[in-house]
Amino acid sequence: MAEEKLKLELVTPYKIILNEEVDEITATGSQGEFGLLPGHAPFLSSLKIGELSYKQHGVFYHLALNWGYVEVKDDDVTVLVQTAEKADEIDVDRAKSALDRAEDALKKLTAEDKQFKVYEAALERAIIRLQVAGKSVRK
Amino acid sequence: MPNLKSIKKRIGSVKNTGQITKAMKMVSAAKLRKAQDNVVAARPYAEKLSEVLYRLADSVEPGISPLLGKRERNSDRVLLVVVTSDRGLCGGFNAYICKTADKFLKENKNKYSEIKIMTIGRKGYDFLKNRYEVWKSYSNIQSNLNYDTAAALGQEIISGYIDEHYDEVHILYNEFKSVMSQVVTLTQMLPIIPETVSEEDTVVAHTEYIYEPGQAALVSELLPKHIEVQIFRILLESVAGEHGARMTAMDSASKNATEMIGRLTLAYNRARQAAITTELMEIISGAESIKG
Repeated sequence: MAEEKLKLELVTPYKIILNEEVDEITATGSQGEFGLLPGHAPFLSSLKIGELSYKQHGVFYHLALNWGYVEVKDDDVTVLVQTAEKADEIDVDRAKSALDRAEDALKKLTAEDKQFKVYEAALERAIIRLQVAGKSVRK
Repeated sequence: MPNLKSIKKRIGSVKNTGQITKAMKMVSAAKLRKAQDNVVAARPYAEKLSEVLYRLADSVEPGISPLLGKRERNSDRVLLVVVTSDRGLCGGFNAYICKTADKFLKENKNKYSEIKIMTIGRKGYDFLKNRYEVWKSYSNIQSNLNYDTAAALGQEIISGYIDEHYDEVHILYNEFKSVMSQVVTLTQMLPIIPETVSEEDTVVAHTEYIYEPGQAALVSELLPKHIEVQIFRILLESVAGEHGARMTAMDSASKNATEMIGRLTLAYNRARQAAITTELMEIISGAESIKG
């Protein structure tokens, strides 16, 4: 049996990050994490700030994503995101300082503040970045 | 006859100007390449997004999102967004936009009850502030353009629309066709009117998708993104167009300078020769008179 593959295309406003054949994809949708395998039904979902990992030749690769969405059709997977960072490209120190900044800011604010959501998102992004960066080591 | 000294001075100043225009041309050429790369890089994202969006919007009720479809009530207040550059010396780049904006405002004065103006870029603001009331203006965002700035701008336009400060949004900008030509484009940005689906697309539209979370929620999440991406693309195009226009303008200015230097040098040499001839004549006639 010929091995089925998914064609993964990851696009941001600045450039095309990935355009590769992969075996398996896992991502964080707005309704929770989901996995994609070849032969998936047509599917359209928005993505939260979260992690996307894909398996290629038995190796898992991880990326940190900002807002976006994913479209699946005939084994073509198109992921449109605002930003995407590969695990080995993440600046851990920067993410850590962003985490601290966001935490400090959140402590001073209440949930009603306009800025609250902004910092909450920043915090989430920083956490995901660190989480993904940690995975790059044991890939 | 202009004297030698003044011609020489003139040649010097034209030479200096030529040097400046030549340098500006080089700088613009370098910036243009970068801007062009950015436009090309942003294209797939924008295309993919509108592709999905139109497919989605086609199959949902128009009333699903406030951004979609024309407003029921008398919609006659308009926001005109005018995109120009921050700096001059780029030929007709800004002049065309300003002229078109002026024309639009004059022609539609009676059609709409109110036209608000938003300018992006200093040049447009400088032109329009004396003639009309400018509602909001932004400058200095194009020199260091990133997606976040464009997104913030998009959010602002959308929130104004949702709060019913205006019922339609039109945007006027220079579309980057090639280095030599920028086309002044006026498009309606809001409300979004789904494009009529072509034959080819109808086949695609028949595919049943699994939507998560629900079709309606997806549409209302994607529409604002679409506006942001559009603004980002428009700003990128405008920046690329600006550099292109400047490069062409500076190129022709450099050419003119070279030509002028040639003409002035000719005039200078003529004047010099004339002076020598006169001097010779004086000496000869002086000698003649002594002899005689």
